This record gives sequence, C-alpha cells and structure tokens, in this order.
Amino acid sequence: MIAFKNISKSFGKTKILDQLNLELLKGQSIALIGPNGSGKTTLIKCLLGLVVPTSGKIQIEGVNTIGSWLHRSNIGYMPQIGRYPDNITVMQLFEMIKEVRKDTYTKLDEELLHSFDIFKFENKTMRSLSGGMRQKVSACLAFMFDPEILILDEPTAGLDPISSEILKEKLKKELTKGKLVLITSHILSDLEELTDKIIYLNEGKIVFFKKVEELKSETGSINLSKAIARIMELQNNLS
Amino acid sequence: MRKFENKLGNQHRNQIEGSGTFASAILLKHDDPSTIKMRTSTKKYLLLRLLKYVLLDILKNRMVLFYTLFLLATSFGLFSMSGDPTKGIASLLNIVLLVSPLLSLIFSTIYFYNSYEFIELLSAQPIQRKTILYSQYWGLCISLIVALVIGLGIPLLLFAPGKAALSLLIVSCGLTMAFVSLALLAALLTRDKARGIGLSLLLWFYFTFIYDALMLMIMFAYIDYPMETLTLTMISLNPIDLARVIVLLQLDVSALMGYTGAMLQDLFSSGKGVLLASGVMLIWILAPLRLAIKLFNKRDL
Repeated sequence: MIAFKNISKSFGKTKILDQLNLELLKGQSIALIGPNGSGKTTLIKCLLGLVVPTSGKIQIEGVNTIGSWLHRSNIGYMPQIGRYPDNITVMQLFEMIKEVRKDTYTKLDEELLHSFDIFKFENKTMRSLSGGMRQKVSACLAFMFDPEILILDEPTAGLDPISSEILKEKLKKELTKGKLVLITSHILSDLEELTDKIIYLNEGKIVFFKKVEELKSETGSINLSKAIARIMELQNNLS
Repeated sequence: MRKFENKLGNQHRNQIEGSGTFASAILLKHDDPSTIKMRTSTKKYLLLRLLKYVLLDILKNRMVLFYTLFLLATSFGLFSMSGDPTKGIASLLNIVLLVSPLLSLIFSTIYFYNSYEFIELLSAQPIQRKTILYSQYWGLCISLIVALVIGLGIPLLLFAPGKAALSLLIVSCGLTMAFVSLALLAALLTRDKARGIGLSLLLWFYFTFIYDALMLMIMFAYIDYPMETLTLTMISLNPIDLARVIVLLQLDVSALMGYTGAMLQDLFSSGKGVLLASGVMLIWILAPLRLAIKLFNKRDL
C-alpha cells in the first residue's frame, strides 16, 4: 500500500534518512522503533508531506505523494507533540478541521470523543489544556475521519493509564477493519500488544523489518523488550 | 453537549445532501467501490473556508483596529488643519507612504510567525500548501485594506472627494498588497522570528530611504544627460516611489518636478501610463508571493 523508494533526507549536513526502502501492506500493524534521532518522526513526516525528502519517491497505491495533497485525506495522524492555535476552543478546533475536510471524508468516527469525554472540556481554549488533554484531542482528530492509514507518533506518551487503555482498545478495533497502522513508541510492551511487525531504524537506515514472533524466536526471548534489548546490545558490540 | 451533537448531525446531513464529483485515481480505493464517496476538493471553497478562520483570528488582534484609528485621526487632523484639500492629500500621501508599507510588513511578518501552529495543523490535512499560504495572504490583505478604506477612504470622501483622493486610496491598497506579499517572503526566508522581522524592517528601510538616496545620487551624477527613461525605470523599481508619482500627478503639482515631471505627466495622463503603472504594481504584488509559495512548498514543518 505504501512504498518508500530510496528516500533520503538531510537537514544541512546531517543525514536523517539514508537511501531508505520500505514497503508496507494493508492490514499490517507496524511498530517503528529506534534510538532517539534515528529518523522515525522524519520518516512519518515525509509520508505526510510535512517534510520534503531530499531525494526518492513515496507512493501510496502506486500514486506519488510528494508534492501531492489528496493522499492526506486517507491518513489519520497523531503527532508526537500536538501543536494547536492558542485561542481556539476544543470544539472550534474540531468544527474547523471538519469544515476543512468536508469534501474528502465519507464517515465521521467520533467514538473517541465520547470515550475520552472530550465534551467535558469542549469550551476550553487549546492554550489552557494540559499535555495529556492535547494528546487526547490529537488522538480524536487522527481517528475522526475514518482513514485507511493511521500513523501514531508516541501515542501513549502523555496519557494516563485509563486513557492509554482506551486508545489501545480503539486501535485494536480499527485493526480488525484491515487498516494500516504505523506506531512509534518507546513503550515496547504497548507495541507488543498492538503490532505484529517491527521496523528497527538506526541512523536513517532500516536495520531490520521482521515479525514480532520471528524476533522472539531468533533471540530466544520471551517478550519484545528483551528481544530488542538483546539486539541493541549486539548492535553496540558490532560498532 | 447536545448542541455539539446537533451540529455534528447537521454537518452529516449537509455532507450527504451535497453533491460532488467522484475523486480521481489519486484517492485510495476502498474495498467496496460503492462506498467511495470522496470528492475532489473544490479548492476555491476550501480557500474561502480557511479565509474565514484567518479573518476571525486577525479580528481578535487589536493591531488592525489601532491602525484604523490612527489613519482616521491622522486624516481628520490633516484635513481640518489645512483648509486646502490638495495640500491635505499631499501631506496625507507622505504619511500613508511611510506608514502603510511599514505596518503591512511588520504586522504580516509577526502574524505569519505567530500562526505557525495553525499552519502546521493545516499542513497535515488534505489541503494544498498553496491554499494555506493564500488564505494567510488574503486574510492579511483584506483586513489591512478594510482598515485603509475606513481610516483613509471615509475622510477622503468627506473632505476631498475626487480623482486624486481615489488614486491615493487605490494606490495605498496596492502598496499594502505588495508589502504583505514581501512580508510573507521575508517570513519564509528565515525560520527565526527575530531575523524575519529584522528582514522586513530592512526591506522597509531600503524602499523608503536607501533606494531614494541611491536614486538621487545616480540622477545627480548624470545630471547633464536626458533622464526620462532612466527615471521612469528607477521609479518602477520601487513600489513606494511609483505610488507617490501616481498620486502627485493627479494633484497637478507636476510643474514643480521639471522636465521629467512633464514627461511623467504626459505619460500618466494617458491610459497607457495607468496601464503601465498598474502592471508594474501587479508584478510587485505577484512576484514576491510566487516566490514565497515556492519556498513554502519546499519548507519542512
């Protein structure tokens, strides 16, 4: 469904993504992991068109996305740090985004608005919201337009345990509908629950792209965090 | 909460009722073709929808209100001080040529940097970057032009209605559009807010003072040669000078401007001259804007 072809991105002299090739299929639930600064967020932003790659192609269903905009109507994106206009209220924000996307969505999915009880603070301005509340708003926006592709950048980082569970349940539900889900997180236990494939990114290159089960059996570990820890150790020893 | 849900309901209904064309192959395919109801976004309406939010946001900013009040006070003051409307327009011209480019530049640059979150949010939505930038541009232009029409247009209509007043108003609107466009360019040239504002100030300084000094130096150096074409070219290269000449020529004071003045008078009193001036002004509006869009399309957010 999504194909990255020879994607490179440098900011000035630092190379963030280096000749990266990747193909993601429909119905997959993929975890994107790697150390800080390995290019996870940049990769996601390239897909969205927020960052323009230095070279390479990104295709969704064979259609080039770079410089295009319509593909974004099929992506739900939850940013790592959701930044919103200060003076707008939560309700105004939702109304605005709905109005802006009016032509490109078919179905509204407002389940999360109810399960997060957004209506409780719908008249607060975005400025006055706490980090966790903002995360909830970001999550609602990502799921709201029933997209085929869901991209969540550190979704559970600022959420309390209950909200985190709500989000995970929602994600699982969407996964059963055959959507493509891409999650970055440092909380590996969350990822183990939600994803079936792992992409390990380091210094802008893909170290491996494997099934969770495969990883576990290769390293002889019982859970994902141990398996990843083992791999990271091996990597350090090599370099 | 009920209100909220009602609104949602309405939107849903509108969506189902509203007819639209089916999206092209760019859209991803759903499993069942009958569920494909996505529509190609009608860009113009999208721009208008965004514009609404930008304008509402600018209205919350008191700067435009102060600008309007300042213009009103200055115009009323100048016209009531000098009994002669021509003199009033001439003094007003000098103030407007100084203030409106400055305010357009600084206000637009600051506004653009401050709406970074808004721009970032919209960039992740199915909207062309171009549309986002246009919404900012038109929002700024419309609000500043409304300020000009109220603050300048009303006093002009009351005290000195006529061709000169009209040309002053039109010219200042044109200047505002050109300088908002330059401001967006300056804001996109650098990521740092302080530097961006510095750059706008520099642009203003250049067009208001430095350019004129250079022009005088050149004219002084070539004082023995015929200067018509050179003067005309140099005037065209600075929107503020162009604006000044257009209005002054409506005031019948060109006799004070010597032989070149007579030539300019001759040119601008014909339709050809007006067409030329409008053309040059249009270039000053469009060129920086096009460049800004180019930069914005390549911008990493």
